[in-house]
Amino acid sequence: MAPPEVHHLFHNPIADHSFSADRNTLAIARDTTVELYGRAGNAFKLQDELKGHDKTVTSLDIAPNSGRIVSCSQDRNALVWEPTPQGYKPTLVLLRINRAATFVRWSPSETKFAVGSGDRLIAVCYFEQENDWWVSKHLKKPIRSTVTTLAWHPNSVLLAAGSTDAHARVFSSFIKGVDARPDPTAWGERLPFNTVCGEYLNNSAGWVHSVAFSPSGDALAFAAHDSSITVVYPSAPEQPPKAVISINTQLLPFMSLIWNGEAEIIAAGHGCEPYRFNGGIEGWQLSGALEAKALGGSGDQREESALNMFRQMDLKGKVKDDTQLKTTHQNTVTTIRAYETAGDAVRKFSSSGVDGRVVIWNV
Amino acid sequence: MSQSLRPYLQAVRSSLTAALCLSNFASQTAERHNVPEVEARTSPEVLLTPLTVARNENERVLIEPSINSIRISIKIKQADEIEHILVHKFTRFLTQRAESFFILRRKPIKGYDISFLITNFHTEEMLKHKLVDFIIQFMEEVDKEISEMKLFLNARARFVAESFLTPFD
Repeated sequence: MAPPEVHHLFHNPIADHSFSADRNTLAIARDTTVELYGRAGNAFKLQDELKGHDKTVTSLDIAPNSGRIVSCSQDRNALVWEPTPQGYKPTLVLLRINRAATFVRWSPSETKFAVGSGDRLIAVCYFEQENDWWVSKHLKKPIRSTVTTLAWHPNSVLLAAGSTDAHARVFSSFIKGVDARPDPTAWGERLPFNTVCGEYLNNSAGWVHSVAFSPSGDALAFAAHDSSITVVYPSAPEQPPKAVISINTQLLPFMSLIWNGEAEIIAAGHGCEPYRFNGGIEGWQLSGALEAKALGGSGDQREESALNMFRQMDLKGKVKDDTQLKTTHQNTVTTIRAYETAGDAVRKFSSSGVDGRVVIWNV
Repeated sequence: MSQSLRPYLQAVRSSLTAALCLSNFASQTAERHNVPEVEARTSPEVLLTPLTVARNENERVLIEPSINSIRISIKIKQADEIEHILVHKFTRFLTQRAESFFILRRKPIKGYDISFLITNFHTEEMLKHKLVDFIIQFMEEVDKEISEMKLFLNARARFVAESFLTPFD
């Protein structure tokens, strides 16, 4: 397996990252700005800084077809950045929330996006032609705490959300005039706005950090703070699910997960490296870490001379230098996203973390 | 290291590693604020169950985790009056300089001698495993430090008493 491609951009946390469809532009949420990096050979070079927020940018997303960037921040606002020949033009979104916006994702149809917030609601935003403005409708009902994460179903109507009240929920975000009537799925047949199609509690009431629909949309996975991953297979509308499978691990909690086909999940988080889970409706298990840890092997052992030992003691007051972790990421991985896909399968995925690195992994 | 200290420190180390899984979390109650939830205590769902690791009745560690911050309070061993005074002076010296210690809390939690407050901003700019190492090392060193100070104090007291009593010899 080829080694991962590591881009160490800076020494600040990366809240979120997103690649454009041609994978030549990389958008990074760094502190209060959105930074755009362009690929130059093997590296990424800073091209543009989008300044518009005055508090930490928490999430961003590039729409693959239109190239629009949506970003949201703890200053309660979301901005849509429209690409124009003169650069990116921001448009403020009428979110009508008065707590931090925590998470944003474009729907696959790119006509809507959803913003999670600390106001205990999700704002589903769409463009209103007559007012020339992005307006929002609120999904409020059973949410009792900050929404930490969102994921869109491939039909652009169903929306999964995870929150700090330990629930992962599936909502309908059907907006008349914007969405076409969706085909009935296992989640529901008639889907007016704010229908709760599923509500799943984490076993030990841990905060939900990440949710994801499988490529077909017929299964939902979520990662919670008790280091577990739960996969839900719905049976039919208004019926209890066919199977709810929880995989508990001895690892640190996962912050982000993606599906690779219907039988594999890749998750990463506080353990600083990605892990693979395999299974299906009969059961799931942890298959192990994706990363082969060769970093600590030969390099460490080579210089075990007495001279080196005394030099270390003189310089740092200790014999062994153990500041480096053996993983590629040196701190929590906050986001992982599919980078290169072939049908439903993920060939490559990218991860970004608190250590300021963006890593592109081969699956 | 004594036989009972090792499992104690090991327990503290693993509890701390698990508790230090912090993320950036803006306040749910105050607009445009981002405060350590373990101090604000405004949203009960983002606080985790506090945990005490005790070696004996005089030495224990309290770990209070939350979504974006954790509070670690240490009760340092105090066998007698002198050690009590020494610990008090020692922790006071440190807390008065809390500004330059970053993770030190200005005031210890009631019932404890010294408290640390680690937020997600600390774990973002410092290495998490080194923060854990620091706390563990602090716990190891502080006992040594106090008993050394006590020995020094006793030796000094003996010397002073001797020189004071020489004229009456």
